[in-house]
Amino acid sequence: MTAVTTQQPSVGQRLAGFGRTLISPRGAVFLLLIVLLIAITLLNPSFAEPSQFIRFIQRVAPVAIVAIGQYFVIVGGEFDLSMGSVVTAQVVIAGNLIGQDESKSLPVLLFMLVFGAFIGLVNGLIVTMLKVPSFIATLGMMLALLGATLYWTGGAATGNPADGFREIGRGGIRDLPVIDILPWSVVVLVVVLVIAIWFARRPFGRTIIALGDNPTTARFSGTRNWWVKTSTFMISSLSATVAGVLLVGYAGVHPSVGRGYEFTAITAVVLGGVVLGGGRGWVVAAAAGAFALEALFTLLNFAGVPSTYRDAVQGAIIILAVAYSATTLRARRKGRALEAPAPLISPDPSSGPSTETSPAPAEEQDAAASARPAPIPSTQRADNETKGGS
Amino acid sequence: MRRRYTVASAMVGALALMALAGCTTDPNVAAPSEDAGATEEAVEWFDQELYDKQYAERSVVPEGPEGQPWLQHINAEMTDTSAYASTGAKKACFANASISNPWRQTGWITMNEQLKVLQEAGAISEMETRDAQDSDDTQIADIDYFINEGNCDIYLISPNSTAAMTPAVERACDTGKPVVVFDRGVQTDCPVTFIHPIGGFAWGIDTAEFLIEELEPGSKVVALRILPGVDVLEQRWAAAEKLFSENDIEAVDYFTGADPTEIKKIISDELAKGDVDGIWMDAGDGAVAAIEAFEDAGVDYPVMTGEDEMSFLRKWKETGLTGLAPVYSNFQWRTPLLAAQKIFAGEEIPKEWVLPQSPITAEEVDQYLEANDGMPDGHYAKFGGEDLPGYPQVWQDRIIP
Repeated sequence: MTAVTTQQPSVGQRLAGFGRTLISPRGAVFLLLIVLLIAITLLNPSFAEPSQFIRFIQRVAPVAIVAIGQYFVIVGGEFDLSMGSVVTAQVVIAGNLIGQDESKSLPVLLFMLVFGAFIGLVNGLIVTMLKVPSFIATLGMMLALLGATLYWTGGAATGNPADGFREIGRGGIRDLPVIDILPWSVVVLVVVLVIAIWFARRPFGRTIIALGDNPTTARFSGTRNWWVKTSTFMISSLSATVAGVLLVGYAGVHPSVGRGYEFTAITAVVLGGVVLGGGRGWVVAAAAGAFALEALFTLLNFAGVPSTYRDAVQGAIIILAVAYSATTLRARRKGRALEAPAPLISPDPSSGPSTETSPAPAEEQDAAASARPAPIPSTQRADNETKGGS
Repeated sequence: MRRRYTVASAMVGALALMALAGCTTDPNVAAPSEDAGATEEAVEWFDQELYDKQYAERSVVPEGPEGQPWLQHINAEMTDTSAYASTGAKKACFANASISNPWRQTGWITMNEQLKVLQEAGAISEMETRDAQDSDDTQIADIDYFINEGNCDIYLISPNSTAAMTPAVERACDTGKPVVVFDRGVQTDCPVTFIHPIGGFAWGIDTAEFLIEELEPGSKVVALRILPGVDVLEQRWAAAEKLFSENDIEAVDYFTGADPTEIKKIISDELAKGDVDGIWMDAGDGAVAAIEAFEDAGVDYPVMTGEDEMSFLRKWKETGLTGLAPVYSNFQWRTPLLAAQKIFAGEEIPKEWVLPQSPITAEEVDQYLEANDGMPDGHYAKFGGEDLPGYPQVWQDRIIP
């Protein structure tokens, strides 16, 4: 997490840098996560045992993967509210199409991936071509998918798919030393995270950030905005599909699986210090946000908070955490603005999220297909964010 | 720049609230006012008189035709319906709360099969149904639509919630046409009959007594509850909680929204905290996920109460755990239409029609598994439709009408 901090020499300086990163907005989520994990361990020491902790990671994996997908959409300046419904739809598809016939697992899995990509493509095209704000477009998609699922199932559970398919979310490599079991979910999460980090560092990943920060400059620099944006929606739908595959194994088929995941994911991404409206953020912090959220739920379970006001406690803590990260971020931005004046202020000072999500009607050109943005000021700033200097 | 962050923060706040609201299945029944303290809540839902009544009704031998539990009744006070006697086929109007859980879906399928029988017999011409989709507002509008434009001969109402639906039911009564209420109740006795199984307290008593008998004093029970604020569910827990605390069983309750992910997390956390000896559920939806959590953690199965849903009965049999399947008699979905037939025939029917409600025990589980062989997992063993023409195909296909 802090391995790339730019201070190098002495241990003391490193520690200071580490501490500064922790209280900085981008590090705040790690601080929160550490505090929560320590609190859980104090309440219940067995939580820190490797075999228990790996189970915790297994449980968080689907949420973290959804958060990683949502990260790309949010950092590109949009929202994807349809993710929860995609999870639900995929879970129901797996349950109904695979049934007890294990040989269908692979074809159905392929179908689910295609279906996920298709939903993302539709979302993306509605947002970019029809200029419907993503909040509305994906809300519509969420309701449409939910309605279709309800129509298909009548709103109640159907049978679980074959055990072989569920093994992906439920099983793992057993009889290992120390951790006892390495759940497949954890493996999938690590793979997804590595791909996401790699992708975010690729020119295309940076283009997404540039686009979220300032679509006009991104367009002038030769970005095909519609394609970049559409691909972020496809990434998020695909990540929801992967989460659905894990959840069908972990929990089973029920129309309530995936409910609320879009908000959990958005909350996790924001907890991770990613700015709504786009243009800055770090994918690892977004995943850490998912871990922090789940750790919070676990803490409330362990603390024995009565079920009747559990939601209220959750809500208060989430708001406080996000408020902290928002205030420190604002404070730091002010400080930084003084240090390095010119390139930090984006060309349109009054740009709020609303102006960013509807990137001007005059967006005809999509030639000049270079996906590599020119080094425009905002991109430079985003790079700083991504690498983590402070 | 600052404005951007203010807006962003505000949106995050709104999203967090929406996320929390999204955790419950029905915003209407989970209003913030329900979030009182845990102890207050138990007092609120616990009703000693009703508890004693249902406690006694459990051991009463029901009256009525043998082998047709949907026509049997317990301690009935009969009411005269000769004023409604009339010939010819009648139009029934059905205001349904929802079909959003497998129990209601199974009942809804059975009700439609019963309707076909009565249509052939010439008692009912048609049934117009409006599904309120778990919304009080929608159901009030549905009932008013029936009153004003439905051209109904009889109103069948399965209320979404008790207090909110009372005025609408009273308006239906004011039309002078017969009103039949079933499943959840309303706070008025204007309907001709109110049909329901014994009730939530009886469920709570049956299940809690079973767990208390099977477990040592001081054992820990995790209670998995669907959602707060629905009387039939709250009463189940109120009775069980009372008995657990009187008998030195440590019970901790959670709301799950019947989401298997949530259930699995809760059980895993509880198992990480310490031993869990028993699982109590206020509805069987998600029972399999709870059992799987024990398998994944590699610990012994708990003593468990689920419901007569096939998924639970099958898992119960497969694992050989010590279990009980309490029943909220699904066959009650047949009774309202049969009551309508009796009302138009001018026959006496019970004013409060209490249907039998008895759990499926370990001795009976094989028999019910065999009788419902080939039925889908969401099917309910005591659905009571074996003598209807579509049996078994209609329930096996489970096409929601």
